[in-house]
Amino acid sequence: MTAGLWQNWVLPGIWITVQLLVYSAVLAAVVAFAVGTARTHRSRTVRFLAGVYTEIFRGTSALVLMFWLFFVVPPLMGRQLVPMWAAVLALGLSYGAYGAEIVRGALNSVAVAQREAGIALSFTPWQRLRLILLPQAVPEMMPSFCNLLIELLKGTALVSLLGVGDVSFAAYLVRLATQESAQIYTISLVIYFVLAFALTRSMKALERRTKRNVGIESPPGLLGGLFAKDPDSERAEDKLAGTAVAGGASK
Amino acid sequence: MTWDWSAIADFMPRFWDGVLITLQVLVLGSLISFTLGLVWAIAFRAPTRFIRWPVNLVTEFIRTTPLLVQLFFLYFVLPEWGVQFSALTTGTIAIGLHYSTYTAQVYRAGIEAVPPGQWEAATALSLPAHRTWIAVILPQAVRRITPALGNYVIAMLKDTPLLAAIGVLELLQQSRLESASTFQYTEPLTLIGIAFVLIAYPASLLVRALERRLVR
Repeated sequence: MTAGLWQNWVLPGIWITVQLLVYSAVLAAVVAFAVGTARTHRSRTVRFLAGVYTEIFRGTSALVLMFWLFFVVPPLMGRQLVPMWAAVLALGLSYGAYGAEIVRGALNSVAVAQREAGIALSFTPWQRLRLILLPQAVPEMMPSFCNLLIELLKGTALVSLLGVGDVSFAAYLVRLATQESAQIYTISLVIYFVLAFALTRSMKALERRTKRNVGIESPPGLLGGLFAKDPDSERAEDKLAGTAVAGGASK
Repeated sequence: MTWDWSAIADFMPRFWDGVLITLQVLVLGSLISFTLGLVWAIAFRAPTRFIRWPVNLVTEFIRTTPLLVQLFFLYFVLPEWGVQFSALTTGTIAIGLHYSTYTAQVYRAGIEAVPPGQWEAATALSLPAHRTWIAVILPQAVRRITPALGNYVIAMLKDTPLLAAIGVLELLQQSRLESASTFQYTEPLTLIGIAFVLIAYPASLLVRALERRLVR
């Protein structure tokens, strides 16, 4: 592979992948918190509508949704979506639905007495959520959100099928140019692995920080626990519980 | 922009072909991922770190890189090494391999949840290693992990459209072919989108019911 290929396709590809990741993560987070808290709302209608949203967007495939937004919505609205934004919308909406389940699970796991105390002190529902429930629920969400973020990073590769020039698309072009696939596909896999590793590390740091805010100290792990001498059962239990809570969300 | 029911009717033969291929990939992919996942999970508990570390690294690598790129890797690189598979076989292997790294984590959690007394009892009865696994540990582990495995089968279903990228004739590829010949994008794409929800939602209800029954 020549330097030209690297500079013109692969490096911009990495930048596009990072951009896609950031935009769709922001959208997914907004959707997750909005829909997730709506699922704990006291009105049955709001809960039902939020439930329908999660089931539909979790039920369908992100790739099919992306194609749908790209090919079906433009004639409906009479305007074309830029591929990048169709991709961000599809990723944000579907991963937001997965995130909503995490938010709901974490909010429900906060002790009932906490909410009752909030009511007794005549906090408004918004104050209860902001000052009592979320500070305790957010540390609970962090490990699952970390996994979801990795899934989202992997999901960004789908956009190459719409012709957005991310890392996978760059790999495709380089393969066409050099007629050699082993090298470029190995490189692009390594790029994704490094990105995912960086994400895991920063999410772990964020997790420790949010935990410290509610007074839980956790020891720093070495290399993301990848080379942990013996797998600690507590974390594994978490994973099993996580998939159980997510209920089909564990894509 | 109008909805055309006749386009749906025209799409139906292809649609059923696609459903068949999708389910075929799903079943074979699940079998691969369940078996290979168990192999990884047992390797995680190997006595020497020279097995544990490489297996950890490899599964972590497969788990954190996109299935799509892995598909292309297998589809384009294996022939360079002289291994020729059809697109369908490559796709099934790729999806099974990818999800085996997830099921490995599930197995690991399930195995660790078996009380240590069970291991000690097996040692005390001087059962050989394979009997310990097959007769003591796995039957107890499998019960806890069935719902989690079910979740990954559903996730796998939602990842089968990726196989369209290497030309496997599953649902998404069928709808693309249909659209390419009729220029009607709305109906086939909407139909397969709904089909996924219609398969995945009852399946997730089933998994939840299993969870209530098996995990207490």
